[in-house]
Amino acid sequence: MSVLRTPFEAAARTLGLLAETVRACIRTPPPRRAVLAQMFNTGNRSLLFLLVTMGFLGMITVYQGCLQAMKVLPDLSNAGAIFIMAMVREFGPTITALMLATRVGTGIAAEIAAMVVSDQVEALKVSSTDPIAFLVTPRFLGFVVMMFVCTVYSCAVAVAAGLLMAELRFQINPHTFLSLSFTRWSDLYVGLAKTFAYGVAIPILSADSGFRATGGSEGVGWATTRAVINSTFAIIFLDFVIAGIGYLLVRGT
Amino acid sequence: MSFAMNGARFHPVGAAGRVVLAACSVVGGMSVLQMRILAAMCPPDFDYDETLRQLDKVGVRSVGVVIATALLTGAIMVIQSGAFVERTGATSLVGWAAGTAVLAEVGPILIGLMFSGRVGANNTAELGAMVISDQVKALRVLGMDPIRYLAVPRFVSMIVMLVLLTCLGDLFALVGGAVTCEVLLQIDMRVFWQSVFESHLLDFFLMGLVKGFAFGGAISIVSCHYGLTVTGGAEGVGRAVNNSVVTSAIAIFVVNFVVSALWGEA
Repeated sequence: MSVLRTPFEAAARTLGLLAETVRACIRTPPPRRAVLAQMFNTGNRSLLFLLVTMGFLGMITVYQGCLQAMKVLPDLSNAGAIFIMAMVREFGPTITALMLATRVGTGIAAEIAAMVVSDQVEALKVSSTDPIAFLVTPRFLGFVVMMFVCTVYSCAVAVAAGLLMAELRFQINPHTFLSLSFTRWSDLYVGLAKTFAYGVAIPILSADSGFRATGGSEGVGWATTRAVINSTFAIIFLDFVIAGIGYLLVRGT
Repeated sequence: MSFAMNGARFHPVGAAGRVVLAACSVVGGMSVLQMRILAAMCPPDFDYDETLRQLDKVGVRSVGVVIATALLTGAIMVIQSGAFVERTGATSLVGWAAGTAVLAEVGPILIGLMFSGRVGANNTAELGAMVISDQVKALRVLGMDPIRYLAVPRFVSMIVMLVLLTCLGDLFALVGGAVTCEVLLQIDMRVFWQSVFESHLLDFFLMGLVKGFAFGGAISIVSCHYGLTVTGGAEGVGRAVNNSVVTSAIAIFVVNFVVSALWGEA
């Protein structure tokens, strides 16, 4: 758990990589084709995975929420409004980010680590190609863009699955369920801020784990593992920070 | 409908067929592994020293990560129910809302995902490196069954440790929630604890432990399956870890749904 052991060193290195990536994005923008390929890999190939996980999450959240709410007050007319609010400000961005970190973040780390241990990154440097501009920027840009797209898609999937569960198990009218009466603009801003923060953090942390791989196949496995742990922890931490700031800002007004 | 990407053409029907075939082969392989593990466990005949080593590696060294995850999870759920409480105006419900969500759903899922990232991925990487360097074949040559020596100790220790870590995580999640309640929401901590204790959360706590048990079994089967079937060098190990964590995540959400639905209907 390198993030906990040497937090400042790790944070400084990660921020350094982020700064270099942003600089490389501006100075030598990656070819559009490379970014599109990464967007395809990040987004399109995650659709089925997100459909399964977010579908089950949406169904069980509505199921559990309605079951518990019935014990306290047997009126379920607000269930959908509360569920949609929670999806927009909390579960939509966070669970999508956890899933993309699992699928795409590990992929980035595994690819880069395999290139590091087989000296392909050194070869890039020798042929005077910046490995960050060549490897990280297309993945970074593709991930940031697709993170927003995937979050919207995930929210839609979860709400559709929740609607199905509400209709079939609790006989809630779909028109009553699909209500935005609890969702405020501030919820949307908090959700989008989270989406952006996760979208920046995951590819950078994963690429960082990949670049630090040493040794043979064991090193690749290690780097991939570290990418999941660091990304997952960063997501939960950023969630806490942004949710806290969002709560204080909204209450202040 | 088909479109070109990177030169290769993408056909929806072919892709769907490949997904179904791959899913069948994975589910079949994992079922066989599960049967062989259960067969090796009755009567119990597996390596006890390796089990102790795994218990330490899987559980004791994950305590820090789980505590940190749980503290933040509790805090996040209190902030979220703060938004809900603020809109409905029922302060005394904060402990009920956050406690239920943490103990029943969010706590086990987040601890399970963290465990899958830390332990499951590590396990696949380790077993994969052993397969690549022919150490598993060497075990067979020595007359040792890789299932009894490698898979069963991991299966047992992941189940035991994820249940214990879920207990620990629940406790720290409630502590994190209480502190956040006091500091951020400016609701007296005692209101939170009172609300938690009055909500009769034992049922959810037990359901969380059942989930920990099921997640531990699922993560160990998935990670052992992908670790023991690695092919193709360093890249193969990376791909196996990637597949392992993705399948574990799907397994966690599906198992979570099944356990919650069965518990709710019973």
